Amino acid sequence: MRVALFITCFNDTLFPETGRATVEVLERLGHEVAFPEAQTCCGQMHFNTGYQREAIPLVRRFVEIFEPYDAVVAPSGSCVGMVRDLYPMAADLADDADLALRIADLAPKVFELSEFLVKRLGVTDVGAYYPHRVTYHPTCHSLRMLKVGEAPLELLRNVRGMDLVGLGEAEQCCGFGGTFAVKNAETSAAMLGDKIRRVLDTEAEVCAAGDNSCLMHIGGGLRRLQAGVQTVHLAEILASTEEG
Amino acid sequence: MTPKTKPPDAFSPGETPTFEVSARESLADAQLRRNLGKATQTIRRKRAVAVEEMPDWEELREAGRALKERTLRHLDTYLLQLEESVTRAGGVVHWARDADEANRIISGIAKDKGAGEVVKVKSIATDETKLNEHLESEGIHAFETDLAELIIQLAGENSSHILVPAIHKNRAEIRELFLRELDVEDLSDEPKDLTNAARLYLRKKFLNAKVGISGANFAVAETGTVSVVESEGNGRMCTTLPPVLVTLMGIEKIIPRWRDFEVFMQLLPRSSTAERMNPYTSFWTGVSEGDGPQEFHLVLLDNGRTDVLADEIGRQTLNCIRCSACLNVCPVYERTGGHAYNSVYPGPIGAILTPQLVGIGKPGPDSLPYASSLCGACYQVCPVKINIPEVLIHLRGKVVRHKQDKGTLRQKLDPENVAMQAMAKTFLDPKLYENAQRLARVGQWPFARGGKIRSLPGRLAGWTAVRDLKPVPKQSFREWWKEERG
Amino acid sequence: MATAKETVLWRARRATRDVPEGERPEDVPVERGYRKEDGAPRAEIVAHFAENVAEYEATVHRVEEAELPGRIGKILENRGLERLVVPPLLPEAWIPDGIEVLQDAARPRLTNEELDGADGVLTGCALGISQTGTIVLDAGPAQGRRALTLLPDYHLCVMREDQIVGLVPEAFAKLEETVREEGRTVTFISGPSATSDIELNRVEGVHGPRALEVLIVG
Repeated sequence: MRVALFITCFNDTLFPETGRATVEVLERLGHEVAFPEAQTCCGQMHFNTGYQREAIPLVRRFVEIFEPYDAVVAPSGSCVGMVRDLYPMAADLADDADLALRIADLAPKVFELSEFLVKRLGVTDVGAYYPHRVTYHPTCHSLRMLKVGEAPLELLRNVRGMDLVGLGEAEQCCGFGGTFAVKNAETSAAMLGDKIRRVLDTEAEVCAAGDNSCLMHIGGGLRRLQAGVQTVHLAEILASTEEG
Repeated sequence: MTPKTKPPDAFSPGETPTFEVSARESLADAQLRRNLGKATQTIRRKRAVAVEEMPDWEELREAGRALKERTLRHLDTYLLQLEESVTRAGGVVHWARDADEANRIISGIAKDKGAGEVVKVKSIATDETKLNEHLESEGIHAFETDLAELIIQLAGENSSHILVPAIHKNRAEIRELFLRELDVEDLSDEPKDLTNAARLYLRKKFLNAKVGISGANFAVAETGTVSVVESEGNGRMCTTLPPVLVTLMGIEKIIPRWRDFEVFMQLLPRSSTAERMNPYTSFWTGVSEGDGPQEFHLVLLDNGRTDVLADEIGRQTLNCIRCSACLNVCPVYERTGGHAYNSVYPGPIGAILTPQLVGIGKPGPDSLPYASSLCGACYQVCPVKINIPEVLIHLRGKVVRHKQDKGTLRQKLDPENVAMQAMAKTFLDPKLYENAQRLARVGQWPFARGGKIRSLPGRLAGWTAVRDLKPVPKQSFREWWKEERG
Repeated sequence: MATAKETVLWRARRATRDVPEGERPEDVPVERGYRKEDGAPRAEIVAHFAENVAEYEATVHRVEEAELPGRIGKILENRGLERLVVPPLLPEAWIPDGIEVLQDAARPRLTNEELDGADGVLTGCALGISQTGTIVLDAGPAQGRRALTLLPDYHLCVMREDQIVGLVPEAFAKLEETVREEGRTVTFISGPSATSDIELNRVEGVHGPRALEVLIVG
């Protein structure tokens, strides 16, 4: 099928490799990927920080750009969560019934990568090869808002050569929370400390997740500690084959 | 026993510190971190077991939510029905617009009975109105009879948890406190002995008190029945032995019919103490001839609840049945403890209830909706399905809009506000956006050394205090796409 | 000047002006998909009740009707109980010989000091809830007023098997009439008094009877 890639401003600027990997995986499975170049940002940062009036034009833009497509996929649980769960609140605030209806049509077509592969396409084996010891952190948006369930783990279990090890207290938040990491830096650090401890307990080489925001936070902490543990986005693991 | 004044909170006059500032202190308190961590982990696990046993848990949650919705949408009708049924059953109903009015009504009743001392069951509503301080100023001493409330009353502190208020104290501290204040000769620090000392001390009070004061978990509009859910038995003591009982209750605690208890009395015990049923629940309807108090006063408290009611998204906050399940799963609360919220209502529920009750525009309460990473664990466990993350985001919007529209010039020129306006403009125009991406790559070079960014300036320093940052990559995704696929 | 009542009601109405004029409370849908009744066989329900009460550290016995008076006597003797509080309309046959009986009545009522000084109280009950191991008192015959089961340090409760219901909703259904029509007080007892306030250690016996014993009669 023809899939529109919603790269997210975050990945576009800071983690282009995740975007490349997402394209790679979808094309390997035989789908056509379109990249609407007019996209910028879904408005999550503004909306969640309270700058909701400022986010409304961003919401409109997003809807306009993506509504022509049958499926929209993003390598980010939090951004998809914004579109599916919070765009209705934005339309409400804007007092715009037309926008609300357009959002209702678009939202069911917007997917996070792992739920798209497993729930929409019915695929759990993408032919990946990744010979490393990996532990998976379920990000809060994908876990509780999108309820992706077992999808990410089902995909990871089918990756050849990989040693997948369970993360203790996996469902506890890593402490990123968007601007929370800056506004409540100490509390965020305390939460990060415990998440890092759990990761180190697994003795994994790699900590994987479906959101680069959490990975940037966890990875940043691991690097500061010289822990020798990498953080890698789920898409990049799935894109990896024997060829590289 | 000398009464100690508690530190001020959001419901006292004056300003309170923001969450970020208070959290800094409590995060560093090693004993609090260990006690609280252990306590919340324990209760979390127990709660999960108690809930897993129930094949119809989700159906109960939905019924609880819907019953609350029904009640709140028609609160005026139910309030009138409650007043009528309580009065018919021999009770007296009083209405209080705010905390001061509620306090005056209660002290008025106590003075009328010539009571210099009263016994109290824990009631967060009375903490909210600062009833004890008011009674003290009227020459009436209120004895807290919940073990934990007794402990913090003797210590002159505020509660740090809705259910286990003295969680921040260990047994050695409590032994010292009791030796000093309870007039005992000697005491070990075994919990059994400490509890026995409290029991003997309080028994005398129960038997001689003229007036008992309680809160209420629920009040039934149909029958006028009021209930108190507890573990220790002091609730039964206070609502049975004194000849006069005064109950202070928030207006949102009403449930429509007696039968509706079948929902809430299943949701509450498993969500709070993680038991199938708590040890004691008392249900009384007005006054009963020859059984218990012969005079019953119900004080209905507004104190901002109608403001919460008026906010269509915030209204669900009033569903709360004060179980504390949200506190026990919150990763923020687990580490900062309750005092960091500077409110009688801490944790996730406190973060949304406090600013709505006291109103937007005060720095302390305004910081509470931001005391969250929006992880959503609270919503998952809330027995009455309050979508706490949704309300948090909604309140953040109100806080920002208030600053922008009604704030000082300083607030409007706040660097965060300025930056957010600039970024919004940037995101609206792909050309501006792409320029900004290029600028970030260029602009980072003073901060990027050896392939990582170790310190960021200004507000962003909070990030690099604890984490490294990868520098912005040389080529953005869209630049790659244009090059490869253009 | 508006009264407090008028003000609060006005505020509540104003706050809910988004609710359509004609909507009645019953119009707000409440889906009650939860279990209303336990379909398990009676024997299982009773056994379950006994297990759940025992889990709260209460002592539970099951006896035949004929054994009842003798059993009560033995239990109280083993406890060394000398002064027993007894509510109005407690079956005479239940009261053993050889102990001092403090009989409560409308007149004279036992004083708080007398109740406090007694060794224990013997009552029947209104219901038992199997699902939660709860004893329900409704101030009815053989139960008495609330202070009787509050001040003495020991409570021996006699429950007939047919008084035990399966689930919580069944209990509230059974109590509905007495509460609606007579406004009688109801007390749920699920184990002896407890607290876990000091370092989260569960400690039995703060106020209320520190020992609870239940006799299930089949």
